[in-house]
Amino acid sequence: MRDLFLAVLLRDLKLASRRRIDSLLPVVFFIVALSLFPLGVGPEPQMLRDIAPGIVWVCALLASMLSVGSLFAGDLADGSLEQMLLAPQPAIAVAAAKSAAHWLLTGLPLIVATPLVGLLFGLSGPALAALLAGLLLGTPILSLLGALGAALTLGLRSGGMLLILIVLPLTMPALIFGAGAVSNVEAGLSASGHFSLLGALLLGTALGAPLATAAALRISTE
Amino acid sequence: MNSPPLRLYTFAAPSRFYRLAGRAVPWFWAAAIALALAGLYIGFFVAPTDATQGEAYRIIFIHVPAAWMSMLLYLVMAFWAGVGWAFKARLASMVARAIAPTGAMFTFLALWTGAVWGKPTWGAWWVWDARLTSELILLFLYLGYIALVNAIDDVRRADQAGALLALVGSVNVPIIYFSVKWWNTLHQGATISMTAAPKMASTMLTAMLLMTLAFWAYAFAVVFTRTRAIVVEREAHSGWVAELVGGRMHP
Amino acid sequence: MNWGSASAFFEMGGYGLYVWGSYVVAALLMALEPWLVHRRQRRSLRDAARMNPGNEAES
Repeated sequence: MRDLFLAVLLRDLKLASRRRIDSLLPVVFFIVALSLFPLGVGPEPQMLRDIAPGIVWVCALLASMLSVGSLFAGDLADGSLEQMLLAPQPAIAVAAAKSAAHWLLTGLPLIVATPLVGLLFGLSGPALAALLAGLLLGTPILSLLGALGAALTLGLRSGGMLLILIVLPLTMPALIFGAGAVSNVEAGLSASGHFSLLGALLLGTALGAPLATAAALRISTE
Repeated sequence: MNSPPLRLYTFAAPSRFYRLAGRAVPWFWAAAIALALAGLYIGFFVAPTDATQGEAYRIIFIHVPAAWMSMLLYLVMAFWAGVGWAFKARLASMVARAIAPTGAMFTFLALWTGAVWGKPTWGAWWVWDARLTSELILLFLYLGYIALVNAIDDVRRADQAGALLALVGSVNVPIIYFSVKWWNTLHQGATISMTAAPKMASTMLTAMLLMTLAFWAYAFAVVFTRTRAIVVEREAHSGWVAELVGGRMHP
Repeated sequence: MNWGSASAFFEMGGYGLYVWGSYVVAALLMALEPWLVHRRQRRSLRDAARMNPGNEAES
């Protein structure tokens, strides 16, 4: 099973390395979308500092959802998805590998871009650290849930919007805990509760989502 | 000739369901109306005025039953969708699909009455308290399910995908509720709980219970009727439907 | 009885708009939904009839 996992993961990374501009799009979207907010709500520093955790998380969510829509599309089109599912190993390896690839290609770059965002919004050191820690725990959750949505909406015309509609409610707990952690730290309180809950969410999602995604892949390709 | 022994799953035949449900629906309507009249009578003419909220609290006789129904129907829908998926039981999948719009309706009604109750009581058309926010997210879950099953043309794929989504949603409902409650207690601004309000006189509880049962009966009536429509749509080419609509099958 | 007069009943202690607004919307929804379902059922029966025409021409 590990072989299939690694094979799928490395293949995705190699394919992405050939289309580097495409791979950077989610990060660019992330930054552009975030920049809209000061333009929309005004440049007053304290307010921006207040809303920063929430809007960073929301933009990370949207960037993730927008890029996960095409997670299986390429493989479906060129027939490799069928091959992957025909393998003797369980499809859960495919699901996990695709989720991991998505995180490495979207989630991780978002985390790397976040200090820049911290600068734009005037976040203090501890707040930024809390934001990064939260995203480190939360972006894998987004990738795992996004993969499930992508598998369910595979090949559908209305795919993109539909995926966002069905996955977004499931990601709300992560949003609440992740943004809440930063708010707490800014208020001088401890965020350990938030991080524990995020960690528990990540664990639960990591255990359950690939299984559901594998089932969804079978449903969508039969 | 002896009729074949009655087994539980013969009720699972769509044709059988169509006939039985058709006979049951009028009784459900009758029950719904009777229970509603009883509940509303007690709610308006027996239950006393609330000390803090005045007469505005009487919205509770719709708000709370609608909220309960919205949550219950989601779980029931997920259950039957799961049964349909696991046992390839066509009728179960049809029932699940039939439940969704009614569940969404009750969710919307709970939200609407929650807002209308909030305005005179707390001064705002909307408060982001834990219960209302969870209800809003539940509405999104319903809409997601409906959108997904409607977007997939292949009926079997749609049923199965919907079942998976509904089951995943069910697992998430307690998580979402917990996280929203957590979020709500942090942001001390709007922590007014919509249902904490009146100290419930037993007459108020009775009225609420009766209204809940009335909504239950209503849900049965509407969901069964919708299921019958779905059954006809899906089984249109089968012999029993042909007989039903008065034509005869092509040879 | 809670209400001194019919007008008191309608006014609901000043909250009439809110209380009756809720009940009216509820009643509307719970009349609209069954009506739409009924229409759907009639449509599906009609479509099924069209798919299974009676064969008067059959001998």
